Amino acid sequence: MGILLDQNSRILVQGITGKEGGFHARACMAYGTKVVAGVTPGKGGQVFEGKVPVFDSVEDAVRETGANVSLIFVPAPFAADAVAESAACGVPLIACITEGVPVQDTVRLSRYLERHPQVRLIGPNCPGMINPGARCKVGIMPGSIHRPGRVGVVSRSGTLTYEAVGQLTGLGIGQSSCVGIGGDPVIGTSFVEILKLYQADPETDLVVFIGEIGGNMEQEAAAYVAREFTKPLCALIVGATAPAGKRMGHAGAIITGEGARAENKVAALRQAGAHIIPSPAEIGSVTQAALRQRQRR
Amino acid sequence: MKIHEYQAKEIFARYGIAVPKGSVVTTAQEARQATATLGGKAVLKAQVHAGGRGKAGGVKVVRTAAEAERTARSLLGTNLVTHQTDARGVPVRSLLVEELADIKQELYLAITIDRGFRGPVMLASAGGGMEIEEVAASRPQDIHTEPIEPVLGLMPYQTRRVIARLKLAPPLHRPAAQLMTALYRIFTECDCSLVEINPLIVTADDRLVALDGKLDLEGDALFRHADLRELRDRAQEDPLEAEAVDEGIAYVKLDGQVGCLVNGAGLAMATLDVTNAAGAPPANFLDVGGGADDEKVSKAVSIILSDPAVNRVLVNVFGGILRCDVAARGIVLAYQRRGATLPLVVRMLGTNVEEGKKTLRESGLNVTFADTLGEVAQAISRAG
Repeated sequence: MGILLDQNSRILVQGITGKEGGFHARACMAYGTKVVAGVTPGKGGQVFEGKVPVFDSVEDAVRETGANVSLIFVPAPFAADAVAESAACGVPLIACITEGVPVQDTVRLSRYLERHPQVRLIGPNCPGMINPGARCKVGIMPGSIHRPGRVGVVSRSGTLTYEAVGQLTGLGIGQSSCVGIGGDPVIGTSFVEILKLYQADPETDLVVFIGEIGGNMEQEAAAYVAREFTKPLCALIVGATAPAGKRMGHAGAIITGEGARAENKVAALRQAGAHIIPSPAEIGSVTQAALRQRQRR
Repeated sequence: MKIHEYQAKEIFARYGIAVPKGSVVTTAQEARQATATLGGKAVLKAQVHAGGRGKAGGVKVVRTAAEAERTARSLLGTNLVTHQTDARGVPVRSLLVEELADIKQELYLAITIDRGFRGPVMLASAGGGMEIEEVAASRPQDIHTEPIEPVLGLMPYQTRRVIARLKLAPPLHRPAAQLMTALYRIFTECDCSLVEINPLIVTADDRLVALDGKLDLEGDALFRHADLRELRDRAQEDPLEAEAVDEGIAYVKLDGQVGCLVNGAGLAMATLDVTNAAGAPPANFLDVGGGADDEKVSKAVSIILSDPAVNRVLVNVFGGILRCDVAARGIVLAYQRRGATLPLVVRMLGTNVEEGKKTLRESGLNVTFADTLGEVAQAISRAG
């Protein structure tokens, strides 16, 4: 099981003929992901890696291949167009890896997507998602660090998610799914929506939650956890060292008010009953302890 | 990207928002002339990318042209330190010389993106000027928030609602609605992350005038605004941060001594937290990005080494797209070019890691390797 992806996920890559798109499409295929189509306007008819047909439009790709997940690598100026095209064709799951999409583009997209409630956008500016049990990787994470298991991971970050997964796998703790929701101030899918999916997934026992400074999505997640979430949650918030008003790499990682600070988010999650991970070096050990505590009960 | 007040006001004026009469000067002589043109009385406003100018002495009223010249001489060429700057302050290279306003009331009006709403909101308050921070802190309910549907834009009923909240006199209703509509057009058409008029004044003769203006442009959207890109003033930025922007590197100067190079923003923040907790405060945030080549890594290391506060360097690379051998070559290149000898703590994981470690080992640099974040913390505190 796991969330978002399974053995029936059929991936189309928008921007497959680009350098990054090509590199990661190959890595996804090598991991075992069913990459069934590529889309690059004007390059329809080409064949990627000798087996993946390239189409001029998402419409053609979906009709010919039955693709049901879009993975987007197109440059930032065209990213909103790529997402809208997939949504208009009814692709139910879209991961937009592209970094640097103008916020007002994402704002307009999010309004458009409200008209397509069956479509879920992950990102932009995210590493994508992976389901190790289904050997399905839709993103840029190194597949080799993952192993199948029963811990779900959700994070606003890319490399910090790999760090978390590396620590878990190092202790023999496998993952049901890992999702990076993206580092921009406005994104398609929030922490709460991913937590709801993990709550409903019978193969996820515990969730590792990695937030950061900026906005108040972590507080919303804490409120949801206190209200409805019944599984153990191990939470890390990074950025305690960041000064106010400075953008820490991610467009969304900026302290603009008290609620955006790390300590405020940690307090909300602690209040909601989460196991707080005190240092990024202790993601694995805190998760291991929480799993043992769960087994004893 | 921040721009100056005078640049923001030029944009305001283009959209029909009234601003005080005035001009930008860069010499004391020009300040004298500009003041004379305004009839001998004016306000001189230091043009810097920081708020809190008034309290810091960067805004001065002058009563004669000669006084304008003296005041301009005392401001130009200095650094202005406000509560929003660091101790070095920001350089005053130009002044805005404006007519004095006859103020009946000060209001506050702004538009920004609300993350929870996933869209723009207009913020309005009947108490503007320096008072706004106090209002925000003690009476946040007095700041009206008007969410704007991006598909519809700011609708007339919404301007009427804001006007009612601001309790404006009837003759001001139509001009206020026009001003709000213009402000929303600026926000969307210029891809702003913030546009703010504080204070928006009602003059003694009942006109609405933008007495001050702040406009932050979204860096990620500048690719479609060639004209607005030109408004960048590099002199207002920290020199190392400005260099990093030019190289496409995310860099933020901090107060500590550990120079940090990391790939990925989240891992970079985590790395700062780890070294800080180990009693070794970081000198910077630096995310070199995923697609970096050895030249870009070298440039990043070079920026770190240019900071005189740095006494050791920490590299934390989780190689996915960024290969470890490439990172290692870039580090060695920068150290050699600068003849640097600072101790280096390196943690590398992922693609081509053995090759990367070999390059560093054979470089003759003072390198300590760490495998986990915990070991990084120990090694970096020892390296000091």
